[in-house]
Amino acid sequence: MTGFSAIIMRDLRLALRSGGDALTLVLFFVMIGVVVPFAIGPDRELLARLAPGIVWIAAFLSMLLGLDRLFRTDHDDGTLLLLRSAQTPLAAVALAKMIAHWLLTAVPLIVATPLLAVMLAMDMQGFMRALVSLLIGTPALVALGAVGASVTVTIRRGGLIAPVLILPLAIPVLIFGVGAITTGPGPDQSGSALLLLAAISLITVALSPFAAGLAIASGED
Amino acid sequence: MSIDTTPRQSWWTRIAHPGQFTAWTTPWLKPLAVVTVLLFALGLWFAFFNSPEDYQLGDTVRIMYVHVPTAWLSQFIYAAMAVSAVGTLVWRHPMADVSMKAAAPLGATFTALALFTGSLWGRPTWGTFWEWDGRMTSTLVLLLIYLGIIALWRAFEDQLRAARVVAIFTLVGAVNIPIIKFSVDWWATLHQPASVFRPDGPRMPGSILTPLFVMLFAFTFLFFTLHLMGMHTEIKRRRLINLERRAAERGGAA
Repeated sequence: MTGFSAIIMRDLRLALRSGGDALTLVLFFVMIGVVVPFAIGPDRELLARLAPGIVWIAAFLSMLLGLDRLFRTDHDDGTLLLLRSAQTPLAAVALAKMIAHWLLTAVPLIVATPLLAVMLAMDMQGFMRALVSLLIGTPALVALGAVGASVTVTIRRGGLIAPVLILPLAIPVLIFGVGAITTGPGPDQSGSALLLLAAISLITVALSPFAAGLAIASGED
Repeated sequence: MSIDTTPRQSWWTRIAHPGQFTAWTTPWLKPLAVVTVLLFALGLWFAFFNSPEDYQLGDTVRIMYVHVPTAWLSQFIYAAMAVSAVGTLVWRHPMADVSMKAAAPLGATFTALALFTGSLWGRPTWGTFWEWDGRMTSTLVLLLIYLGIIALWRAFEDQLRAARVVAIFTLVGAVNIPIIKFSVDWWATLHQPASVFRPDGPRMPGSILTPLFVMLFAFTFLFFTLHLMGMHTEIKRRRLINLERRAAERGGAA
């Protein structure tokens, strides 16, 4: 087993054995969907129209909330220092941790999307689109989040800074993510929005491990 | 002026020393301030008394002489910060750190001013203070990035370590700059497209272009002056922190 897959397996095993965290995040995700109808009223038509935005806001906030755990625990117990002197380059370490983080936070959210779809009165077509757009868009959120998490990892009480840094950069993901679900008035542009979302995901996932690796390396000494 | 005791070093290396940098740049400060004041006097005189009203916009066209320079600076300062960030990461030049840190609040201020004057201008001409138009939204995002960078600087205790981390984030955030630049071409919603720097020449009469350029230079020199002063202040602040730390160590030892 290479170092790369070993890190993924280690992170998955750690999270699954200690349990709880991923479930809490899913709970938070579903709760946002439950709270919104209370705030704007239970009008089914209105909810169905707002549903794409609500689903993405819920996913966005849940991902931002879970961001801090990406490198924090490893920094606190010294694992990150050991990984720095490992043979696997830091960029690869960051990518491995991002993959594990995506599997642990984004996949449960996507699995829980049917619940939100039912509560927000989405139709079958909208639900399928939401599923695809979350599947394609969340890697970009994780990639941007990795930059934020690696930049703030050495700050002792940096929990709130990372989301504040990442939020403005993640706005395009939100725009095209919602755009890929909605079929508004006028010509249907959800196809091109989905392609742009995929492009953002590919670019950020390709580049952010290097930025994150560099940030970890220069923040630690 | 201090005496150069190491003649073989280039000026680039010499100004890496905070004291040398301060000594080298202090004589520039006063001329820069004088030029700024003169340019502002000339520009404001042109803007208020010696430029025509627009045949459609009327007197509100004069807001442009503040709005365009601040908007230009909001992007120019980010570019300056990005260049400084490269200086920090590649050469680890100490003055690049200081330049980056001093530029961030200035950038945030000028971006906020650009948004503010823009909304003042938008109310009488477009009929709205705010619209979710491409350029406005991307400039707002720029302001948020500036504020995030300032928050990041403040979160670190060790400013030397902060510099490299902030530099990485500054370069990541630089993707927003081309988005702002081309936003008016990609999403043609409300904000007008580029009308000064165009391949086929500016689309304005000289009577409006002259005060605009004078004000552009005035604001840019204002930034140069304030940035240099900010750098000097930051150097002094760091020296003070070092002195305090040393005094505390001595107090602890006694």
